[in-house]
This record gives sequence, structure tokens and C-alpha cells, in this order.
Amino acid sequence: MTMHTPAPRITIVGASLAGLRTAEAVAGVLPGARITLIGDEGAAPYNRPPLSKDALESLARGRETAAAVLERLALRSKLGDRAELRLGQAAVALEGTTVRLADGTAIPGDRVIAATGLRPRRLALTGAEGRRHVLRSFADLRALAADLRPGARLVVIGGGFIGCEIAATARKLGLSVRLVEPAPQPMLRALGPRVAAAMAALHRVQGVDLYLGRSVAGFGAAQVVLDDGQALEADVIVEALGSHPNVEWLAGSGADLTDGVLVDDHLCAPGAPGLMAEGDVARFANPLFDATPRRTEHWCIPGQTARRVAEVLAAEAAGSPPPERFAPLPSFWSDQHGLRLQAFGAPTLADATRVVEGDLGLTGTAPVIVEYLREGRPVGVLGLGANPAALARHRAHLETSLARSLAEADPATPAV
Amino acid sequence: MNVTVDMSICLLHGQCVIAAPEVFSFDDAGGLVWLTQVDEGLRGALEAASDACPEQAITFG
Repeated sequence: MTMHTPAPRITIVGASLAGLRTAEAVAGVLPGARITLIGDEGAAPYNRPPLSKDALESLARGRETAAAVLERLALRSKLGDRAELRLGQAAVALEGTTVRLADGTAIPGDRVIAATGLRPRRLALTGAEGRRHVLRSFADLRALAADLRPGARLVVIGGGFIGCEIAATARKLGLSVRLVEPAPQPMLRALGPRVAAAMAALHRVQGVDLYLGRSVAGFGAAQVVLDDGQALEADVIVEALGSHPNVEWLAGSGADLTDGVLVDDHLCAPGAPGLMAEGDVARFANPLFDATPRRTEHWCIPGQTARRVAEVLAAEAAGSPPPERFAPLPSFWSDQHGLRLQAFGAPTLADATRVVEGDLGLTGTAPVIVEYLREGRPVGVLGLGANPAALARHRAHLETSLARSLAEADPATPAV
Repeated sequence: MNVTVDMSICLLHGQCVIAAPEVFSFDDAGGLVWLTQVDEGLRGALEAASDACPEQAITFG
């Protein structure tokens, strides 16, 4: 097989965190590999989480230049000259294991690793042109920051993490902020009803007007019109409605492209020989929780899947089976109104929560730690302004508990 | 190897404590503590910790 050749050609499509970390990891385990890293953005890989937080604040205040912000966000790389970088050209098709770029160039390879990530979903509505923003890329950041002026009226559409972070940052910048969310609470799916309600209360106290259970019916020239007919005056509008996986270039590859790229335990795409996927475009089952493949949009996933890609390729090169089981413990964080949310596991899978430290009624003023349970077993833990040492103890407990469940489900797997 | 954490940008995510518990830990007050001198044998753990840090606050060498 081709990957047993001494100098395999590895093409990584997507030059953000996942692509970069994979290139580094593959270079580490396959010193002879010829690695090509393709990215549609012109900029070298950079860190995205600050885009809705301190980078947005700093740029909007004019505290730093755009160039200085981008330099600060640039991901440090161990790659050196171990990969050929092709930036500023999107991949548009996969033909076997050859990647076709927008300018027609063909990049032949033995393995293709999809790390193309996500793009923001947009509302299929016209109106309010020139006022509507999304936030995913550095270019998005520059456009939005320029419009976040003190006193301006901002309407954020979508109460997920990004929407809530932008709302909080905009309050800090002195804007009047309204947030529209179809669900009964912001961040409901991610945090569950009790924690989401506590976060809604914090947003209200901090001056964010919440329009919950409401969706957008249309736009006026300077208005967001809700489904109940209310019209919200808006100088700036942000659509923070979640993301869409960038998989169009894989059409016809044979891979299952229903919500990302379906991959197995080895991050290989069934039906598309030679194709792997990683990062938040990859949909895989995590045996820590169950057998349902899911995409996970957390910052930790690129690093975790990059290591898995490398260990799978290294094992194949050595002619040995890859280590059994890919079961990464997810983690995520958010910063809103000076409050740090930090979670481990999969709170979104829980059917119940238990406050193990503090009081949700004091969210934002005193530390809180919440355990998330599914059918009575812990699947996640979340800290709200929690002491990192206390949260680390709960995380360790969660990890032990999940490993025990895994071992019970499959006695061949030793408990950690 | 010397291990440095830039505490002016560290936001106490604790990813290093998970990736390299031999090197990094929290004290009871929730402050980050780490070994400033470690053996070459811990390079892999340090690389993992450095990569896992969302603030890129960890350097070593």
C-alpha cells in the first residue's frame, strides 16, 4: 500500500490549528514524509478563540493595530521547513487522493487529511446590507471591530458561545446590546437549562437585553425584525447562528458528508480510500460516551485528533495496528462578563445536573462547579469562576469515572 | 531543560496540568506551579503541554 512507501506524500487541507498540529505531528513520526499544507486564507495559522474576546476588544478600542493583533494570534509552529505551505488557495475537489485547488493546480498525494473546519451559517434573508457581520476569520474580526463604537446599537442573532461572547465584549466596549435566541435560554444545548438560566441572568445584570424564544423574520434598512413583529434598531448586526462544515470539496469522494466527514476510530473516512478527517469537520464516535458519531467544535479537538492521525499513520508505516480506541476527553471554555466558564467532558449529553460547589444563584460573584449526569453517571463537569485546583480535582474524578464505564462496557480495556 | 510560563498571558485553563502533570500543577489557591528545570525525558510531555495551552504561554528548551 502507498503509505508503506518510504516517503509518503501527505496532503493536509486546512491550515488552521488542526492542519498545523497535524503537519507537526506527522513530521514528528514520519521523518521522510513529504507534507503539503493547504489553506484558503492568506494568513499563516492563527488562534481563533480570542477573536470574540480580547482581540475584538483590543482592536475595537484601537489599542493595537490589526497587524499587531494578528502577530499575537499567530500559532507558534514547530514545523520549520518540514511542510510545503500553499496559502491563499482553497481546495475545490478531491480526485482519488489528488487535491484540486481553486486555480486548477493538482496536488497528488498518498494520503489526504481533511481539516477544512467550519464557516458561519448565514440567515437566508436580505436587508440591512453593510451592517451584518459574522465572526470566524481574522478578516471578519477587522470588519466587526471597526463597527463596534461606544454607544452604537448592536443586535446579536444567536445565543451560542460566540454570540454570548460578542455580546459581553460589546457591553465592555460601551455598546447597547440586544441578543436574539430562538431557544428559551442562551447556550441551552451546551450548558443545560439550569446553568443556561444562570448565564442568562448574568447577561441581563450586565445590560444585555435578551430576546429569548424569538427568531428573526427579516431585516429593515437599520432594523432586525423579529417573528413577533418587534423591530429592533440596529447599527451593527452579528449573525452568530452556528457553523456549517466545509465539505463541499469532498463531494463525490465516497465519504459520508452528512454534517462533516464521517470517520472511524482511525479517523479514516469509510468509502473514501486514503481520506482522513480531523478537527471540527470530523464526525466520529467517542467511546467515552457512546457509539454515536458527532462533530465537536472545541479548541481541544484539533490537537487531540492531530495526535491520533499521527499515531495511526506511524502504525501503518510500521506495519502494525494503531493503538486501540480513540477516546479523547473534550474540554472547552468561554469568557463572558469577566466570568470564566471551563468544562470537561460532554455536558451537552447530560439529562441532569448537580451543583457540587457553590450556588448557581451567585453565578458571576462566587465560584460554582456543576456536575453533568446522564442516566445517573457523570459525563461532564463545568466550573463558573471556579478555583482551577478544585475544578482539576473534579475533572480527574470525571476522567476516572468515564474510564471505568468504558472498561465495564468492554472488559478488554484496562481502567485508567 | 528550562521551563517558562508567561504568567502575564496565562489564563489558568489548566490544559498543561492535564498534559504534563509531572511538570505542572495547581496549588490549593488555584495558582499554577511548575518545575522550572526538568530532564530531557520530559520533552514529549512538555511539547504536549505547550501545544495544549490556548494562550501559548509555555516555552521550554
